[in-house]
Amino acid sequence: MPDLLLELFSEEIPARMQAKAADDLRRMVTDKLVAEGLVYEGAKAFATPRRLALTVHGIPTRQPDLKTERRGPKMGAPDAAVQGFLKATGLKSLDEAKIQKDPKGDFYIALIEKPGRATLDVLAEILPVIIRTFPWPKSMRWGARSAKSGSLSWVRPLHSIIATFGPETEEPDVVKFSVDGIEAGQTTLGHRFMAPSTISVRRFEDYEAKLKAAKVVLDPQARKDIILDDAKELAFAQGFDLVEDQALADEVAGLVEWPVALMGSFDKEFLSIPDEVIRATIRNNQKCFVVSDPKTGKLTNKFILTANIEATDGGKTIVAGNERVIRARLSDAKFFYDTDLKTKLEARLPKFDQIVFHEKLGTQAERIKRIERLAAEIAPLVGADVGKATRAAHLAKADLLTEVVGEFPELQGLMGKYYAQAQGEDASVAAASEDHYKPQGPGDRVPTDPVSIAVALADKTDTLVGFWAIDEKPTGSKDPYALRRAALGVIRLIVDNALRLPILNVAKSAMAGLPQKGDAQKLPGDLLSFFADRLKVQLRDQGARHDLVDAVFSLGGQDDLLIVVRRVEALGKFLDTDDGKNLLAGTKRASNILSIEEKKDTRAFEGAPDPRLYNLPEEKALASAIDQVKREAGNAVAREDFATAMSAMAKLRPAVDAFFDKVKVNDDEPKVRENRLKLLNEIRAATRAVADFSKIEG
Amino acid sequence: MDALPAHMRPERSFQGFILALQRFWAEQGCVILQPYDMEMGAGTFHPATTLRALGPKRWNAAYVQPSRRPKDGRYGENPNRLQHYYQFQVIMKPSPPDLQELYLKSLAAIGIDSSVHDIRFVEDDWESPTLGAWGLGWECWCDGMEVSQFTYFQQVAGVECAPVAGELTYGLERLAMYVQGVDRVYDLNFNGRDGADKVTYGDVFLQAEQEYSRHNFEYADTAMLFEQFRMAEDACRKYLAAGWKEGGNQREHLMALPAYDQCIKASHVFNLLDARGVISVTERQSYIMRVRELAKACGEAWVHTEAGRAV
Repeated sequence: MPDLLLELFSEEIPARMQAKAADDLRRMVTDKLVAEGLVYEGAKAFATPRRLALTVHGIPTRQPDLKTERRGPKMGAPDAAVQGFLKATGLKSLDEAKIQKDPKGDFYIALIEKPGRATLDVLAEILPVIIRTFPWPKSMRWGARSAKSGSLSWVRPLHSIIATFGPETEEPDVVKFSVDGIEAGQTTLGHRFMAPSTISVRRFEDYEAKLKAAKVVLDPQARKDIILDDAKELAFAQGFDLVEDQALADEVAGLVEWPVALMGSFDKEFLSIPDEVIRATIRNNQKCFVVSDPKTGKLTNKFILTANIEATDGGKTIVAGNERVIRARLSDAKFFYDTDLKTKLEARLPKFDQIVFHEKLGTQAERIKRIERLAAEIAPLVGADVGKATRAAHLAKADLLTEVVGEFPELQGLMGKYYAQAQGEDASVAAASEDHYKPQGPGDRVPTDPVSIAVALADKTDTLVGFWAIDEKPTGSKDPYALRRAALGVIRLIVDNALRLPILNVAKSAMAGLPQKGDAQKLPGDLLSFFADRLKVQLRDQGARHDLVDAVFSLGGQDDLLIVVRRVEALGKFLDTDDGKNLLAGTKRASNILSIEEKKDTRAFEGAPDPRLYNLPEEKALASAIDQVKREAGNAVAREDFATAMSAMAKLRPAVDAFFDKVKVNDDEPKVRENRLKLLNEIRAATRAVADFSKIEG
Repeated sequence: MDALPAHMRPERSFQGFILALQRFWAEQGCVILQPYDMEMGAGTFHPATTLRALGPKRWNAAYVQPSRRPKDGRYGENPNRLQHYYQFQVIMKPSPPDLQELYLKSLAAIGIDSSVHDIRFVEDDWESPTLGAWGLGWECWCDGMEVSQFTYFQQVAGVECAPVAGELTYGLERLAMYVQGVDRVYDLNFNGRDGADKVTYGDVFLQAEQEYSRHNFEYADTAMLFEQFRMAEDACRKYLAAGWKEGGNQREHLMALPAYDQCIKASHVFNLLDARGVISVTERQSYIMRVRELAKACGEAWVHTEAGRAV
């Protein structure tokens, strides 16, 4: 079956938009084909800086014929209705219509056969629409045509379109359409500098091959592989390692059609700058890779650039030019770094008086004071030295005012650590500058040094409580202050380090220091349920059962996140056993019966059942099992031994099963009925020692 | 190029470099203008770009424009930062289909050979909050160095561009440094001569950089500047109001250019105040807004003038 080849050739497409654009093109064309009844075998899209290309193979040459039925008027309807029906359906007379029997009156049906159109025509119709409605994140107008409204918008000026359709063995047809004066055809251009002349193509196979001959590698993945392979080889040849950087390789693959890796070097004196600063300078500004020395694990004075041409001088000029720029950039960076080292971190702090953190949450200076106080409070709870935690919190944000961080915001924290080390701070204090920002996300490292933990918890708690107090909570996909990340950070700090921390007390203390206090009644509960939500998300991501989080939080007063997690874990294990599953089923059954009867009688069946009213052995057995389980589970919970509490729960199961098996709850004697309902209520109460079973799914 | 005397070659002299660019763009049909006689932060402010970019009439022009960036002064001590430097500006309306090729040819004309240099178009969305303008285009890189700015104007002074103009801005000193192979801007050979006849960029501008840095950061009279800003703003509004002429069924404006001069003035005064550090972060935004309002009102007036309106 025939194939479609589509190429949209333009001026340079921003690297960051290429992958999505290729994907959008594939999706839009194939969706439209399918909607037109044209099922295809496969499709693949590509992007280079100057072109989007798509191949769709195995498309039928015609749409299938379409048969539709159209309901007409009832038999014997007025002539006007009949004529309207004939006109709409194209039937010559009612003789051509079918009659459909119906108890409400038989009616006419027209069978309309719509012959499928040639795919070539369908393509000529759908492709220009797709081009005109293409979802670029930002698009523009250009040229003389932009004088009139309705001119084409594209990411950058669009120059030509290839659209061919045809079987492998024959000369394909050009899909005839034009968009804003650009006529679809079968020619394109090769590499801008190395092969700028016109190429004529038939289908994808010769298109890709001819492009390659014209110094264009169509597939971005292939360009990326070439870049990384060649870069590694260049580094290896000199006994070094490439510092791999997938995101950079993706970006560079979007900047060249014909990647040529070249190695340059810089003065060794620049190696006195921290590696991260060198890397940020070379990577962010120059889109070049850095190289490390396997003997030291540190960067060496080399870099690897990716040119877009095979230069006639072998790349000498290009390397020399890049070396000049990198030298200038590194001397700026070195100047920044050396300048930063001349000022002590604490000497920078007064400037924070002038910097507003948030108009309702005061200045950065005020925020730092809050974090200091909170870190000092948290320190003893997490085993940190109060003096060190206070000092660390005092300095942790100071690097925000340094030149290097001004230039490379992604180095915040890390530079603080280096500068703190350089001025002789305690190792834990220095480390906290970097680590108090951690963990930044689910995959990030969780600090383990108690000083870092104290400052990290103080920083995150202040952020959470502060934005909560001024009612800037995350909504839907909007979370501009990254509060979800902060809450998850608190959870991971506590759980991974097995910390016992009454989070509500900490939050209340944080609240007391705020310029705008917020609702002291509502805030702690709101915040706790936010933590519960984050915990659920985290457990779900780990494949654990998140409904159990509700079952535990529903017990009330659960602000010790470590204990919550332990309970959830034990509960999960228990519910995986037969005893657990059956007990859950029994408890749910008890709850269901109770809620029905409670509704019927409009009362609750609370209070202790009367043993004198038990008249069946299963009632007595259940009552004594409940007593035993309450006692044992209660003791185990008090010792925070949740596994034992769960196995105690298991003992309830046979008694519950037997009860439901032999005992009719709704006894004719109202007193007996009431007593049995009270007994059911006791099951519910007993299980609450570990969790609210009614919140558990299944 | 062989016909040129050695001292006029673009890779030998800064002035030869500028002349080569002017000659190239003159051959593409541009009118070669001289710098506008007012202080401005970028060549884009020149009315030949800002105002002429608006309206349907064809317009192709190229010119050198001194750019004043008071904050970028370094007392002559930084090898490539200047508070006064030259931009070479090209505007073509409507943007021709081969503008990229023309640009590459212009690089060849100043001695940048694309068979040994790596020339790249790297995404750069241009926006000027003070001019109420934006466009899409690229930074043009040569061997990893940004040498030009390439923009398709979409909106200028709050007015949609129809048709769109293409704008090229060359950083002349930086490009010339590259072509001449010097690392310090003051070492650029200005006149292409050797020995005692040689005049460097430093000979021409170093003292100015030192003096103006002193002025921009330490001594510029802020009380006067605040007053000048207010006066320029008032004058701009006054001229705009006075320029409207209602005739027949067409509104016409007769003083868009003088009004726009005051907008340029206000913008530069603001830059000086900013360099003196007397404008707070919150005030800064409001000053930018005020200049933008002037620019927009001038744009609106311009499209009702002879040169700015539809035929």
